[in-house]
Amino acid sequence: MFYRLSGTYHTSYESDRRLWKVPADRWLVAVILVLAVLAPFLVSPLYLGSYVLPWVIWSAAALSLTLLMGMAGQLHFGFAAVMAIGAYASIHLVRAGVPFELALLLSGLIAAVIGAVFGGAALRVKGLYLVMATLAMQYLVDWVVVNVPAISGGAHATLRTPAVTFLFLPLDSLASRYWLALGWAAVLTVFFMNVKRSSFGRALVAIRDKDFAAAVIGVDPFRTKLVAFFTSSFMGGVSGAILAFCFYRAVTPEQFGFNVSIQLVAMVLVGGLGSVIGAYLGAGFVLLAPIFLTNIISGLAASGWVPVSQNFLSHLPLMIYGAMIIGFLLLEPLGLAKIYDNIRKYFLVWPFRHARS
Amino acid sequence: MAYFIELLISGALTGLMYSLVALGFVLIYKSAGVPNLAQGALVMTAGYAVWLVMSWGLNVWIAIPVAAAIMFGFGLVVERLLLRRMVGQPVIMVVMLTLGLEILLRGLVPGILGSTPKPIDLGIGFAPIIIGDVFINRTSLYGGIGALLLVGASLLFFRTRLGTKLRAVSDDHVSSWAVGISVERAIGISWGLAGIAAVVAGALWGSQQGVDWTLSTLLFPAIAVVILGGVDSVPGVVVGGILVGVLGTVIPGYLDSIAGGSTRDVVTSLIILLTIMVRPFGIFGREDIERI
Repeated sequence: MFYRLSGTYHTSYESDRRLWKVPADRWLVAVILVLAVLAPFLVSPLYLGSYVLPWVIWSAAALSLTLLMGMAGQLHFGFAAVMAIGAYASIHLVRAGVPFELALLLSGLIAAVIGAVFGGAALRVKGLYLVMATLAMQYLVDWVVVNVPAISGGAHATLRTPAVTFLFLPLDSLASRYWLALGWAAVLTVFFMNVKRSSFGRALVAIRDKDFAAAVIGVDPFRTKLVAFFTSSFMGGVSGAILAFCFYRAVTPEQFGFNVSIQLVAMVLVGGLGSVIGAYLGAGFVLLAPIFLTNIISGLAASGWVPVSQNFLSHLPLMIYGAMIIGFLLLEPLGLAKIYDNIRKYFLVWPFRHARS
Repeated sequence: MAYFIELLISGALTGLMYSLVALGFVLIYKSAGVPNLAQGALVMTAGYAVWLVMSWGLNVWIAIPVAAAIMFGFGLVVERLLLRRMVGQPVIMVVMLTLGLEILLRGLVPGILGSTPKPIDLGIGFAPIIIGDVFINRTSLYGGIGALLLVGASLLFFRTRLGTKLRAVSDDHVSSWAVGISVERAIGISWGLAGIAAVVAGALWGSQQGVDWTLSTLLFPAIAVVILGGVDSVPGVVVGGILVGVLGTVIPGYLDSIAGGSTRDVVTSLIILLTIMVRPFGIFGREDIERI
């Protein structure tokens, strides 16, 4: 119907390598991109600042983590710490007089170098032990950030982001900050769609599927894992800086705690491991679904339909969030991306029933 | 010197109480091969269960067995509804499922039963035991003894007929099926036993600091205990617990004033990291050999 194709057959390497295998996908992305760019004119500033902007930034963060978890198969439960390094590094660099554009790149590099140390654990262990090692590193980075006054400005202090310009445009309005975040998300998306087709992306997938077997066919697990951690941490560090400058604008260590790491892993899993569209859907779902459901239920409670206590309502987002993770893992382990894929495949050959794409 | 000995003893006792939390993790990992990151929330739920049963007007020593029965059932239900469908899935799915359970319980249980700290009075009293210059926390002492008793009981349990079945299941699922052991039931029972261990942990920790959601943060030191002792070793829980407790009390006792507080988390993190770097399978754990 939308796609005007009756099955897609990738019979040559050239057609299999193509970025847009179905022409309609290109149009869909173009329409969404135009809508996203025009979002400051389409939605009210309240919705833009509290829903759309965090969605875009967290999608970028989820994309960074997807490179590591979805493609390289390395579990990482300390990604919020990497983002914290990027955020704090960028603020201190800008305060020291470094231009913002350069500070973003440098903070990414700092996060990448420290993040690659996390990868040192990945070179030795995998699975559960890697989860524990990254979790321990998350606590270490947290502690350093809180307890070194030169970084956080003292215990329980808040660090305000200075006013900056990006490519001579001042980042003072909400719309300009949104466009910067959107630009970064777009850069990551383009990178992702292409890395999947490159030899590096295929090496990552080989490592994910079985690293011993990958080593046998000539993929260097040491190098690939380290590069995966480095790249992913670079993108995570820049995302953390963007998060600090475009959304929070005043940074405290609690904003990058262990729970945030869990939230990021949940975004990647709910969205679907290793999928670009999944990162966007997952970030939106994990971020927004608890808010909307809590609003609905507290609205019902206020109108007297459902008798629930204030205490229950205050714990409701946590419950919905936990139930959502469990629900997705049990009912659709491949996440929202698979649901989207199923719908797409249905319409790809509509009105027939079988897709072979 | 008295300060050092006091830190040493209180550290060892606290560590034994950590090992109560860690025991649930080991029981499940040993039989099912599932890392149970929801053990902290199970302890919290068990603490709430003890408080709930006590609020029906029952004596605490009756309330604990009743709560144990409730938590045994809860463990069985969790295994049946959630974990059984995760067989054969990658480890990230299982880890995330148990974390989802942790988050759900941390919202659900205080949401229904109230989030203010609930007291549990075991009738132990709060006056410290004084030997020379050394003060010993009475609740910790009883907690440590309770932990030793429970770990000893579980060691004895593994020698019974049912315990032998659980050990067989932990060795090899397929072979256990072949000789007629119901693997599903064994794993369910190990979840139930983890629930019982959580009741003891919840009651003792709850009597020390009150029952509220912060009990679920015991997960982190418990993970250090488990990693250090070996994820599939019951005696490792005691040794790992004492080591984590002593290091996590003595070092912060001297460093906290210099480094600006909460060095306990740092010590715990370093224990986890160093163990994984040097000897990933822990002191008593079994090293798995991987094949393609």
